[in-house]
Formats: sequence, structure tokens, C-alpha cells
Amino acid sequence: MNNIRDALIGFWRETAKTFKILSRNKMGLFGFSIVSLIILLSIFGPLIWPAEVSANVAEINKGVSAEHWLGTDFQGQDNLRKIINGGKDIVVIALLTGGLSMLIAVIVGSFSAFVGGKVDSILMEFVNIWLTIPKFPLLAVLATVLSLKNVVMLSVLMALLDWPALARQVRSQVLSLRNREYIEAAVMLDFGTPRIIFRELLPNMMSFVAISTIFEMTHAIYQQTGLVFLGIVPYSSANWGVMISAAERRGVLFNPQASWSILAPMAAIILFQLGLVSFARSLDEVFNPRLRTSV
Amino acid sequence: MTTITTTTPEISERTLWSVIQKVTSNFLLRRLVRALFSIWLVTTITFFVVRAMPGNAVDILIQELTAQGVSPEDAKNQAAALMNIDLDQPLAGQYLDYLGNVLRGDLGRSYKSAGLSVTEMITQVLPWTLFSVGLSLLITFVLGIGLGAIMAYKRDTWIDHVLSNLAATLDAISPYLIGLLAILLFGLTWKIVPITEMRGAMSPGMKPGFNFEFLADIFMHVRVLLLVYVLSSIGSWMLQMKSNTVSTLGEDYVTVARARGLTDGRILTAYVGRNATLPLFTRLAISIGFVVGGSVLLETLFTYRGVGFLLARSISERDYPVMQGVFLIITAAVVFANLLADYVYGWLDPRVRISGGDN
Repeated sequence: MNNIRDALIGFWRETAKTFKILSRNKMGLFGFSIVSLIILLSIFGPLIWPAEVSANVAEINKGVSAEHWLGTDFQGQDNLRKIINGGKDIVVIALLTGGLSMLIAVIVGSFSAFVGGKVDSILMEFVNIWLTIPKFPLLAVLATVLSLKNVVMLSVLMALLDWPALARQVRSQVLSLRNREYIEAAVMLDFGTPRIIFRELLPNMMSFVAISTIFEMTHAIYQQTGLVFLGIVPYSSANWGVMISAAERRGVLFNPQASWSILAPMAAIILFQLGLVSFARSLDEVFNPRLRTSV
Repeated sequence: MTTITTTTPEISERTLWSVIQKVTSNFLLRRLVRALFSIWLVTTITFFVVRAMPGNAVDILIQELTAQGVSPEDAKNQAAALMNIDLDQPLAGQYLDYLGNVLRGDLGRSYKSAGLSVTEMITQVLPWTLFSVGLSLLITFVLGIGLGAIMAYKRDTWIDHVLSNLAATLDAISPYLIGLLAILLFGLTWKIVPITEMRGAMSPGMKPGFNFEFLADIFMHVRVLLLVYVLSSIGSWMLQMKSNTVSTLGEDYVTVARARGLTDGRILTAYVGRNATLPLFTRLAISIGFVVGGSVLLETLFTYRGVGFLLARSISERDYPVMQGVFLIITAAVVFANLLADYVYGWLDPRVRISGGDN
């Protein structure tokens, strides 16, 4: 047990060191701050500024003012307040889909790499076939027929469709890491499996796992807003995707006065995606020192 | 006689095995088998989603018809006629019927558009999607490779920094949002493109023909869609090409070519460009699927009548026979486009044909 505790402490120290390097990377810091701000605001924001329940006829489609920082929408509700209340769904979908698909991918990918042989080639052949099937139309058709009730079910469905591509990447990572000298050395020194996994294998795969998860998160956001636009995912709660398509359906695209009610949620989604991706790219630079720039 | 009867099964078994081995070792055949298997897999998934799962499309269709006042028996017959399957058969029989129908190109009849054949509906719109998606892939590929190579040659200069950041930004934003931004900027703020007149694949009353007027008209209708397709997928091509070119430039054979005094142009085309571009073909699979998937949203946004638009409309109208047929055709098109890309790749890079090409 001591062994595992030491390994975990070491793992934590490595993580702390990573964050120290990360804080020196401007792009990464920018991305990390935006993402944390959006997540915190989406969780705690609604407690301070709860959603408006009634329409406000006197304030329909107003522009930016001191009272309404991001203008008002077709019901006269404040756009900024709607943005704060509409982030939770998006954050939950991104985190859940990213985490779940990566979990499946890590399990299947490393299993495939360690077992090898026929099982490995059959699994990889399946993955290659799966990769040629266009995912978004499949997701759209499945989501229509299954009539999903909530964001959790949607995330599970997206994760189930998206893991194979990640599993192929995990497999090749594990295969290349397993034959590295330091892993062989650790095995020969008899460090024990927990220590090898936590101190040697996992830290070296963490960057890759984190980056791929983040890219999957942005992809999940894209798919969710797309499904809302097609009218497949119900309008039960007012998240950013719903705000965009509600504004679009109200003819905002032909009414310059109302453009704030579509620009605000679009900007929120784009900022979240940009923040995630610049954070991922900086992780790449931190963990692959050859790419590290003098910035 | 006895010797023949004992040896025959052995020989046939051996020949069968050698045939299997030939198929798995032959690159072209192997890819063809994989493509056919993908289409079969999707056909099967669609069948089970539409027919076999609890709360499936056929049950919903029957419910909707009964809700409109049709008797349950008639509703069942109508649904069976639309889907072109005999609902009294056991599931396995229905599945075989369905496979047979698909093979014959019979995809059933539309539920909302008064009995129009699904195959006919698809053949009307398919050329427009093939045209717009194909053209945009071509532009993206050429432009992405060119810009990526420039970024690699000028790395750590301002050109590289500007292009890299641009590529990373475009790569991060959803195609659907880029499309909305294009409409907001070009149509609403700058008013340089008449978004409403652009709807559809060509102007009403225009006669298809190989003349300038017609070509100019379809280009007028497709231009913004094309721009959005290119912008939404060019980022990843540029970044990938840059990193490929940078690593190729570090190869020994490039240094040797320089030492031999070859011109920069010759090194770029014959040594660097070719080797840096080849691995990109393996990415085509993901890219084609991505663009076609995006077409469902973008064609709807721009009201461009292609298969993506048809799929979106059939989904919003819950027109299950059309939805099922269009989805099958989209998948088949993507799978065959991939097969084509695989063949081109195998033709360009002989190493792939020999090793089987699975990275």
C-alpha cells in the first residue's frame, strides 16, 4: 500500500510541476483561464443571477446598453443573463462526452495493445471500418429515433459513437511507450506494476490523453449545437445552442437590430472552443519539449 | 475412386484458405472488402434502428397513422407499403427482404411527400452535394498543402505565426458557427452577398446545360457554402502539412539532395513535397466524413438542396423511409470516396500496397 501512496504522491508532484511550466506559456494560460472562467460561471453564475421567467415586452430586441450589456432577445430577456444560465448544459456535455469516450478508448486501446495477435487485429479492423462511417449523420439519425430525454443520454450516445478513433491513437501510444528503455528498465528493476503504471506509463501518456479529450470536448459541443439546430434535441432548457437556433428561427439573420441575441451565444461557444483548443495546444508544447518555443 | 474422395476436401480447403490469404494480402481487394463491409454494417444498424428496437420508426409511423384516424390494420399495411417490407414476417425475414430491396436500389416511398420514391428523391439532389463537397475538398487539399508548406519553409517568421494562429483558430470553431458568421457578415453587416437569392442550387427557371450562363449561376449559388466548407476544414490540413514538411526537411536525403546542388524547386517538388503530402491521404477518410457530416447543417443553413438538406428535412418531418434511404446513400458515398482515396494513395505510394497500409 505504501508503494501505491508513494506513487500517487509522485504523480501529484509531476502534475504540479506541469502546471508550473504551463503557467509560463501565454497561450495555455489564456486558454486555461477562459475555460475555468466559463466553467465556474456556468456552475455558480445561476445562483447569483437566476434566469428570468417572464417575457419583457417593452425591451424586445434592444441593442447594447448600460442595463443590458449584451442587449436583449426576442422576448425582451437580458442576453448576458441567458448566457450565464445557458452554459451548464454545454459544459456538462463537453466534460461527460470527452471523459467517457476517452475512458472507453483507454481501456479498449491499451487492452488491444497488450493482448496483441488476432484480438488486436480484429479490434483495429473494426475501428478502421468505423472511421469511414460519417458520424454526424449517424448521430442525427440515432438521436431522432431514440428521442433522447436529457443531456446525459446525449453525451453517452456521442461517446459511444466517438471512442474508436481515440482508441486507435491510445493503442499506438501504448505500443510505442511499452518498448521504451525506461519502461523496460523499470520492469527489470522490479518497481512493481502500480509504480510503473502511475510513475512511468501514465505521466507519459497524460499529455496525449488530455489533449485528445479536449479535442473530443470541442467536437461534442459542435455536435450538440448541430443537433439543436436540426431540431432533434428538445428545447427543454435554454443552453447556448438553443439560444442560437431560437434566434435564427426568429429571423435574426434578417434583422440587424436583433443581431446581439445570436452573436452573444455564438461568441460564448467560440470562446469556449478556442479556450479549450489553445489550452490543448499549449499542453502539446509543454509535453513535447522539441516544439517548445521561447514565448 | 477412394483416393479422389479423400483428397478433394483437403484440396478445396487449401484453395479456400489460399483465396482468403490472397484477399487479405492484396491491398486493393482488402480495401474493397472493407468498404463493402462498412456499407453492410450501416445498412444493418439502420434496419435495427428503424425496425427492431422498442419504440422504433415503424411503430411510430403506425401510431401516427392511427392517430390520423386510419384503422390499425390499414395503418400497418400503409407503413409496410411505404417501407417496402412485409410486417407479418419474422424479423429475420424482414431483414433479408430489406437487404434485397436495398441491393435492387429500392429504398421505399416517402411518407410526407405523397408516395414519391426515395431513390428518385435522392438522385435529384445527390449531384449538388457531390459537386459542392467534391470541389471544396479539392480546393481545401490544394490550398492547405500549399499554405502548410509555406508555413514550414518560413517557420518562426511572421508569416508562419499569422498562418499558424489562423489555422488553429479556424480548426477550433464549428463549421456551423462559421456558416452563421458568414451569413451575418456577408449578408447582414456588409451586404455584399444576397443571401435570400442564393437559396437553392440554381435560380428558378435556369436550364441545366454546359454553357457560361448556367455555370455562372450555379457558382453564384454555391460560392458562400464553398467558402465555409474550405474555411472550416483547411486549418487541420495546414497544421498537418506544416509538421509533415518540417520533419521531412530534417531527413538525410534532403540534406544529401542539397549537397548534390539540386535546385530548391526540384527539392521541393521531388523530395520534400511528395513525401510530406503522402501521409495526408490517410487523413482524407476523416476529412471526407467530417465535410459530409457538416453538409447536413450547412446545406440546411444555406437552403442548398443537396442530400444533407434532404436528410435534415426528413428528420424534422420525421419522414422515416426518406431518412433511412438518405442516410444509407450518404454513408455509401463517403465509404466509396474513401475507397477511391485509398486506391489513389496505393497508386502514389507503392510501399502501402505491399505492407497493407495500416499504420
